[in-house]
Amino acid sequence: MPVQILKERNSGKITSVTLGATAEQGGTRACTITVGGESSLPWLHFEGETPNKPVVAVEVLDRYPEEWNDAVKATYGDAMKDAAAWAKAAVECGGADLIYLRLQSADPELGASTPEQCVATVKKVLAAVGVPVAVIGCGIDEVDNKVIPAVAEACAGENLLLGLATTENYNTIVAAAMVHKHTVIAQSPLDINMCKQLNILITEMGIPADRIIVDPSIGGLGYGLEYAYSVGERARIGSLQGDKMLALPTIGTVGFEAWKAKEANVGADEFPGWGDQAERGILWEAVTAASLLQSGLDILVMRHPEAIALVKKNVADLMTPSSL
Amino acid sequence: MEIIGERINGMFKDIREAIKTLDKKPVQDWAIKQTENGATWLDVCVGPAAEDPTAAMKWLVETVQEVVDTPLSLDSTNYDLIEEGLKLCKRPALINSCHADRYKIERVFPMAVKYNAKVIALAMSEESGIPKTADARVGLAMELVAAADEFGLPLQDLYIDPLILPVNVAQDHAIEAMETLRQVKMLSDPPPKTTVGLSNVSQRCNNRKLLNRTMIAMLMASGLDSAIADANDDDLMETAAAARIIMNKEIYCDSFVELYKTNHYK
Repeated sequence: MPVQILKERNSGKITSVTLGATAEQGGTRACTITVGGESSLPWLHFEGETPNKPVVAVEVLDRYPEEWNDAVKATYGDAMKDAAAWAKAAVECGGADLIYLRLQSADPELGASTPEQCVATVKKVLAAVGVPVAVIGCGIDEVDNKVIPAVAEACAGENLLLGLATTENYNTIVAAAMVHKHTVIAQSPLDINMCKQLNILITEMGIPADRIIVDPSIGGLGYGLEYAYSVGERARIGSLQGDKMLALPTIGTVGFEAWKAKEANVGADEFPGWGDQAERGILWEAVTAASLLQSGLDILVMRHPEAIALVKKNVADLMTPSSL
Repeated sequence: MEIIGERINGMFKDIREAIKTLDKKPVQDWAIKQTENGATWLDVCVGPAAEDPTAAMKWLVETVQEVVDTPLSLDSTNYDLIEEGLKLCKRPALINSCHADRYKIERVFPMAVKYNAKVIALAMSEESGIPKTADARVGLAMELVAAADEFGLPLQDLYIDPLILPVNVAQDHAIEAMETLRQVKMLSDPPPKTTVGLSNVSQRCNNRKLLNRTMIAMLMASGLDSAIADANDDDLMETAAAARIIMNKEIYCDSFVELYKTNHYK
């Protein structure tokens, strides 16, 4: 007897959002990237479309990341002392579909770079790579409200992914993105109600929904991954039922969260049973990413090239429809 | 929750006068006001007093469509008049309404399919009148569901009305209507949509708005998808928004009331 597969009929789908702009579109990128557009729960190919595969953004800082684990610092070596060289290496041999550039040096305690210096860094990165670029502030609102508008203006038309717009601080960044034709990241703290509310506040300013990427916040493996999974799942179910204020592609800082874990960092000398630290850290990052792919994450912000290679293989497998 | 704004009706004095003098302003004012407050549909009814009801219906449809693109609910017992209105509607309309009598179904359902319209179908017939029990109402509702299938009317375009009577004269009816909603939703897969003439519950009662908004919350919990109601009763609209949140139809956010009002007429 043939088995009849029960299928959900979904009325909504995730908005498609395109990042970057080519010369014809007013930018200088060699290619653009489109994410979103899904019309089913993650990977249920028999119920709906997954027109765009999840992509990997490699995290690049505008200062040398002294505090990062040696296993990650060993990957690009001295290139990490220069954001443009780092970004170029990440695209050429690190599997980066796009670059996630954090302007940490604007932080008064980490270099106090001026908005002009930050603009120069972004310009150098744009010149070094052809992929779309996300530009994130240092996390201090007063500083970011000077830096991000300056970057937005200097790179008008590039369709950068600018962040972070939060409930406490979204006006300036969203306005800059609107005026200079960029996309914004709307970040909320692992709270689906605040996530939806922030999207409403941002769209009320007049920015179209296809210019917003949601960062719902995530936790790494062993450190709240389940909460991130639940929020992602709930948002996707709501989106499929027609909730437009949640139906936006998502981004998550996988590398940042995974490499914070004790399990990714302590050496085998301390816990011999845990095995080689570098390999363990890479797997910690890869498993965090793979788990969140199951909750529908569209852009994975990652660090280690070997973890990225594992995740890309996983994505390729997931994108192949099963025989159902 | 689809609210079918009830205000453009010749039973109201200002609309009756407007139809008589061809004064567009009161009609258009109500079209805009109801739409802005979250009406999904606008009911248009010429009422009993119009000299030429067909001309009045055509005038109402055109007058409303000049100012809003909210879809219309054409309210009449005269199906030829409704058909004239349907020809003018720019967006798929709602036919308000059809009884469960075979000859009426045969006139209305094919017309709905032809004009891509939806139908409010009442769980009553000439023979039964308004049935007392939920069982009798469900029986008629299921005949309407079967007829929709027969005539090719998609079930999501069929709005079953279990019928609401004023609570001061027919106090035992409301609970039967709720049970009817529950069973209609359970017995058909996919289920049809449901609607009621909400304000009926409070005719000639004191505290009308309180009765209306309490009723809508209770009916929603029983399976109500839409209601012909006063879209400019803010308390009512806010109750509907809150009920959607409590029933987990919508993910909570602080702006849930505003979101409900802006989302539902687009």
